[in-house]
Amino acid sequence: MAFALILFPVAMAGVAMALPWNRVRPWLIPFTGLAHLVLTVWTLRKPELQAPVGWLVLDPPGRLILFVISLMFFLCGFYTVGYLRYRGAWSNRTFTSCLLAFLGVMTLVVWSHHLGLMWVAIEATSLLTAPLIYFNRTPRSIEATWKYLLICSVGIALALLGSFFLAYASLHEGLESSLLFEDLLHLAPRLSKPWLHTAFVLLLVGYGTKMGLAPMHTWKPDAYGEAPGVVGALLAGGLTNCAFLAVLRIYHVTVAAGEQAYSGKLLIFMGLLSMLVAGIFMIGQRDLKRMLAYSSVEHMGILILGLGMGGMGAFGALLHLLNNAMTKGVLFLSAGNIRRAYDSKSIDQVSGAMRRLPLSGTLFLFGFIAITGSPPFGPFVSEFTIVTAAFQGGRTVTGALFLLFLLIVFMGMGGTVLAAVQGRPSSRSKLIPYRDSFLTGAPVAIFMALSLLLGLWIPAPLRALVDQAVHYLETRP
Amino acid sequence: MSSLIDPILVAVLLLNIFALGNSRLPSVIRVVGAQGGLLGVLPLLVHQHFGILPLGVSFLTVALKGVVIPFMLLRAMREAQIRREVEPSVGFLPSMILGAFSIGFSVLLAQELPMTKAHLGLLLVPASLSTVLVGFIMLTTRHKAISQVVGYLILENGIFIFGMLLVEAMPLMVELGVLLDLFVGIFVITIIVNHINEAFSSLDTRKLSALKE
Repeated sequence: MAFALILFPVAMAGVAMALPWNRVRPWLIPFTGLAHLVLTVWTLRKPELQAPVGWLVLDPPGRLILFVISLMFFLCGFYTVGYLRYRGAWSNRTFTSCLLAFLGVMTLVVWSHHLGLMWVAIEATSLLTAPLIYFNRTPRSIEATWKYLLICSVGIALALLGSFFLAYASLHEGLESSLLFEDLLHLAPRLSKPWLHTAFVLLLVGYGTKMGLAPMHTWKPDAYGEAPGVVGALLAGGLTNCAFLAVLRIYHVTVAAGEQAYSGKLLIFMGLLSMLVAGIFMIGQRDLKRMLAYSSVEHMGILILGLGMGGMGAFGALLHLLNNAMTKGVLFLSAGNIRRAYDSKSIDQVSGAMRRLPLSGTLFLFGFIAITGSPPFGPFVSEFTIVTAAFQGGRTVTGALFLLFLLIVFMGMGGTVLAAVQGRPSSRSKLIPYRDSFLTGAPVAIFMALSLLLGLWIPAPLRALVDQAVHYLETRP
Repeated sequence: MSSLIDPILVAVLLLNIFALGNSRLPSVIRVVGAQGGLLGVLPLLVHQHFGILPLGVSFLTVALKGVVIPFMLLRAMREAQIRREVEPSVGFLPSMILGAFSIGFSVLLAQELPMTKAHLGLLLVPASLSTVLVGFIMLTTRHKAISQVVGYLILENGIFIFGMLLVEAMPLMVELGVLLDLFVGIFVITIIVNHINEAFSSLDTRKLSALKE
């Protein structure tokens, strides 16, 4: 099943490359997404299909993230058809192919239980997403793509050095050096401590760059700001989760080595720093998409913070991963619609979005309410879990800072969002013919419904996925 | 055979310093090509036993790092019609001195990290760390897009040197994957460089400043 899930999207990318019809080609995306989702759910329900193949192993956190990625891609796929129809005459050959191959490579990241293979796959995601960010061909999008490629490549290069250090940590103790996670977890207590510590820092910085943790987040506002909204959604709800999975697996090795005190502290520090930096840059932010990028920085911080606390905090983090992905789907996709209706993404031009685009404008507002952790939406539940874990675990300062930073983010984001959705649309925007359509509206509404659902009730299979992942993190192999 | 490793690493370190102090882009690109080519030979010296596969990887590394990638960069440079780096934010001479310091610093740093008996006294770790640092100096102080790519390549070369400690552990497939990613990465970057040149009529990354807070 591993091969089917990884190779099918890549094969479809080849088909998209060969297909000559510009109008038909985008439909390959939701079709592939649907097939991928069906296969994923089937695999998750049948443990015998999860059998490891060589270096391809589906561990419990991987199961959860595979499901999130697959669901994100499926819903975003329909939206992409609507978006590319709007772009009409533009050739979407490269865009469609890269998007499809991107799904295959993300799946490979999830399945690969070999540090080297995972590195190769994550680097491949950078290369495949570069043309997606560059799709609009404006000087600004070139600038964004350049920064994205350079910063992420350097970050990922450091992760490679970290992977080598980790391998050397086992070689040094006279053990068979290996980059397989099973072996590393097994050997963890005997790994050389100085090498393990240095490796962890390098890997955290490296994959943290890809996640967009502060202070390595500088590519994020540029890339998310200039990329089409649907690409932003897939980066914020898909790719960053893959990078998070990489950090999680390495953190797991340090936990197994009995170094949780060291690595957990680093994760909590990075998490709080990301939340603070994001909050500062969100205050007075005039650009809607850049604001969403900083929101992504903030929520990656929340994930890493929860993970670093372990136990209930890790449960909250993994639940938040799902909630964040669904809510980011709402925000990025509706922001894309708003941008097209106003031909601008700055609140200097955008106002009265709820009147101009009743569906997208309203969903954008509700998405904001959800992502800032207000009940009854999903992120409230997961953020509440993390805060409770902090206070119960005696981390009063961490918990208090967490709440303070959430408040800063709420105020910063609120000002921008309310300015965009309230008031009257400018007369200029009424001249633009863009309206909400089924294909660009329905996926946003479904994301919103899922975010709401997760706040009211978590389906038992999903809860089991999260529970198993937390359990996996806490037990020695 | 392994007596050749240290002389090669010394040559690599000298090339680092040379790359830092040179303002002519074609020479800098050739320097990093020569460095990559030299490094491609290392796996053969480090491997205990010869085989057709390590030979193949070595050949591929020399071909890609020593010939193909420098050629791609030279072509991108010619199309953009630039030949020189402008005065970097840290001058050529000061950055050369910084590069020299990075060697000393790396030697000190490497002493802090425990090595296995087989690797004691080898230059691999200090050379690797120093090359990584030189890559960072290039990346952060140079203004032309091409120089920054060269900085990235030097950084990658530094990591490659460290990989020599692990040749036995590193599966071939992963090594090939890393090479492939590097090649495709540089390929995509040169395309972007071309577009930067078309859109901004310059490869000066200081012009890329529309996106900021």
